[in-house]
Parts: sequence; structure tokens; C-alpha cells
Amino acid sequence: MSHHIVEVRDLEYSYPDGTCALNGVSFRITHGESVGLVGANGAGKSTLLQHLSGCLFPAGGTVRIGDFPLTRENVHDVRRHVGMIFQDPDDQLFMPTVFDDVAFGPLNLGMPKDEVEARVMDALNVVGAAHLMNRPPYKVSGGEKRAVAIATVLSMAPDILVLDEPSAGLDPRSRRSLIGLLGNFSHTKIIATHDLDLVMDLCERTLVIHNGRIAADGPTMEIFGNEALLEANHLEKPLRMQGF
Amino acid sequence: MTKVETALGSMSMNGLDHGVTRDTLTGSIDPRARLITTMVFIIVATSFGKYDILGLLPLVIYPMVLMALGTVPVRSIAKKLLYVSPLAIFIGIFNPLFDSRILVHLGPVGISGGWISFATIMLKFVLTVSAALILVASGGFDAVCQALARLKVPNVFVSQLMFMHRYIYVMTDQASRMVRAHSLRSFRRSGMSLRVFGSLIGQLLLRTLDRAQRIHTAMVSRGFTGEIPLMRELRLAGRDAAFVVSWSALFILVRLYNIPLWIGSTLMGVLS
Repeated sequence: MSHHIVEVRDLEYSYPDGTCALNGVSFRITHGESVGLVGANGAGKSTLLQHLSGCLFPAGGTVRIGDFPLTRENVHDVRRHVGMIFQDPDDQLFMPTVFDDVAFGPLNLGMPKDEVEARVMDALNVVGAAHLMNRPPYKVSGGEKRAVAIATVLSMAPDILVLDEPSAGLDPRSRRSLIGLLGNFSHTKIIATHDLDLVMDLCERTLVIHNGRIAADGPTMEIFGNEALLEANHLEKPLRMQGF
Repeated sequence: MTKVETALGSMSMNGLDHGVTRDTLTGSIDPRARLITTMVFIIVATSFGKYDILGLLPLVIYPMVLMALGTVPVRSIAKKLLYVSPLAIFIGIFNPLFDSRILVHLGPVGISGGWISFATIMLKFVLTVSAALILVASGGFDAVCQALARLKVPNVFVSQLMFMHRYIYVMTDQASRMVRAHSLRSFRRSGMSLRVFGSLIGQLLLRTLDRAQRIHTAMVSRGFTGEIPLMRELRLAGRDAAFVVSWSALFILVRLYNIPLWIGSTLMGVLS
């Protein structure tokens, strides 16, 4: 299946106030790859992710998700295949209960009720949050919110998972279980984060983005071993590699 | 906790609609039935004349019975009533000044029309607000929203209500963090200057707009097209109809006949 391919070519984007956020970004991610997207604050990570989920449209260049080039006409097909997990789970969990929230996507896709229910329970079981089903999402802990946010996307059975700062604000154990959870998924994954240790655990490939351009694209260990490159991009070696 | 947090925490439905088990007797009635009954109750209660406190009294039975049957926490309802009571008090507090005509003699004490109408306002306030609070408490706010949607209230209003309820906590949190940040750096100067307050409120608005934008993005990326789907089934049963009809009949009866007066005069008739 070619659904899982993400191809970005010469992508350009400027915000209405004139800030140039992306300036000719190109890369291709194939089926089942897990890719870390790292870079300084304001380097363009979030803007890039928003293009992948069809929340922004390219000003120049193209974005292809599987069989679809991203345009306003087929944005719904693109969103069907890309599951976007936001940085702040409070933005993502807007329904009165956890169950309703996880059911939101499948119901919008027009699935029959039994199917929706089965999918919701599956998704909640995968992230280990089935016991939270009837709780309001703002009453659960930070780690649980993150798990539920992932379930809301899993219930739509996306081919590609796009995560924005998934480990932000999590305590070490919640972070560890998140890494374990994401490691079990066979989806194509794109993870934007400052948590380079998480990238080391989950991603065999890393993209470094700087000033709206791809500064480096290659195997994670190679990139994280290149101190000069990291330095130039406001990064530093993952904690685990420091001292080597 | 800052004052903002405490104030908003006790004002919001927090703890009211979440401590509630939904399989209580009243909670198991279809939310549409409860909504309609509450509306009839409120209309009847507000339709009484301004001196008609006696006729209004029997309506107390509705909130009392519902509180007794359900597991609605009486204390928290009373507390919330207390918080909003200044509004009602201000509406009525000048009545005794303007309307000093003596209407009733209780032995040697004459009671003016102003005091009676003030008491009527307060009673109406307690009845209507507690009925609305009980409606929310006995089934949850989302059930009320769902009932509204099923009663063909336009979707825009229903989703507004739902989101308001969902994000009031998030906004409270944000506001209290800002207030805390302000107080941490304002040292001995107590209170907030108008200028600072203005920019704080402005900031809060901008942040809220930002968040709204992000939430909308999250919604459309999961296929939102303007309608919020809820999976819970609603089914009207005979008992729901019985609930609406019997309560509404009682309210209308109370409205048409002044029952306390009737009981009083019957008693007096028997005694004399």
C-alpha cells in the first residue's frame, strides 16, 4: 500500500504577517518509518506538522500523503489517513467524556454504532485507558490525557501518526510508558520534539530543521553523533550520549 | 488557590454534575423529559404576580422532592444559590423603599407591599435557579445539551453550551495563573490597577482565541463538519411521559388555584 508515504517537495509557507516559516523543505518518508523532527524553537516544526494534517496549505511546493496530493478538495481524505496528536491534550480533548471524545472521529466518518463502539474500546485498551471511559477528560492526569489523546486518533485507524511534542509535561514514568506505547505501533510516525532521548528510543531516522529548511536528514545515531551539526542547530547531544 | 480560582470553582458546575451517579431515580428519567418539566416549572414560577407569595409556596415541593429522590447534594446547591443571590437581592432590595403601602397585618405588625414583592422575587429566584441546578446535577450537563439537540435547538447553540462547560475550567486555570503571576511580582501593592487589569483581560481574550483556533483545528482534523455526534441513545418511555405530565399538571394546578389559601380557609371553616 502506498497510503503510508509522506512526500514533501520544496514546501514553502509564510504566515500572513510575513514571517517566512518554511523555505523549501523536501523529504520523503516511506511506509512504517519512524522519523524524529528536531530543531530550535521557531525553526518551523509545528508549521510543517500542520501541513501534514491539512491544517495549513502549501504556499509553494507540494505535500503528498499516500495517494493524495494535499489540496483543499481532498483535505478530508488526507485527514482520514493522518492522525495528528497535539502538544496540549486540552486542545484535543473537547468532548464531555473520554468515550465521546474517542468516538468523535469514527462517528464523523459515518460508521455504524457497533463499529464505533468496538473501535473506541479497542483504542482505549491499546493505550490502557479503558477504565477512564466515563470520566470527563479534564479530570484525568496529564499522562492519562496524553494516552486518551492518542486513543482519539487511533480510533480512526490512521496510517500515519503525527505527534507534536508528545513527551512535554509528562513525568518520567508516564514518558517511559508513552515511549513503550509508541514503540509498539507499526504506523508511519513523525515525531516533532525537543526530547532527543525519545527520538533515540523511537526513531531510526531524524530530520533536523533550521530556519525553515532541512539542515540534515539521516540515521538518528549519525546525526546525534555530529556535535558541530547539533551546535549549529541549537541542539545538544541526548543526555544518554553525553560523556561519550 | 487564588481568589479567582475559589470564586470560579464554586460558581461553576464543578462537583455538581460530576459527583452524580446517573442511575438515580431522577437521573434515569430521559433528559428531554426533565428539561421540559424544568421549563414548565420555571415559566409557571415566574408567571405569578408580584404579591402572590402565598400561591407560589407550593411549588417548593418540586425541588424538594427531586433533591430527596436523587443524590443531588443539597449543600452544594444551597451554596451556589448563595453565590448568585446578590443579583436577585439587588433587583428587589429597593422595593420596600418605593412601595411602602401596608398590605398585610400580622397582628400589630404591618407588612408593606414592597417587602412582600421582595420576598416573592427571592422565592422565585430560589425556585427557578435551584430547579435549573437540579436539572444539571441529576444527569450531567452533557445530558442537558443532548436533550436540547434532540429538541431541535440549533446546533450552534448546543455546541456553544457544551464547549463553554468544557473549557470554563481551562480558562479559569489560565486566569488564575495570570493573576498569580501578577501577585507574585506586585509585592505589597494590593489589588490591580485598571491598566494592568485591562491588559490581563486582553491577554486572556487573545489566549482564548488562540486556543479556540487550536481546538477547531483538532476538530476538523477528526472530521468535524458542524455537528457534534454523541452516541448515547435516548429513548422516551412511559415513565418519562408520566414524569412530564404529572409534574406539569401539578404546576398548573398550583398556578390556577391558590392552594395555601384554600387549605387555610377550609381549616378556618372547620375550626369556626
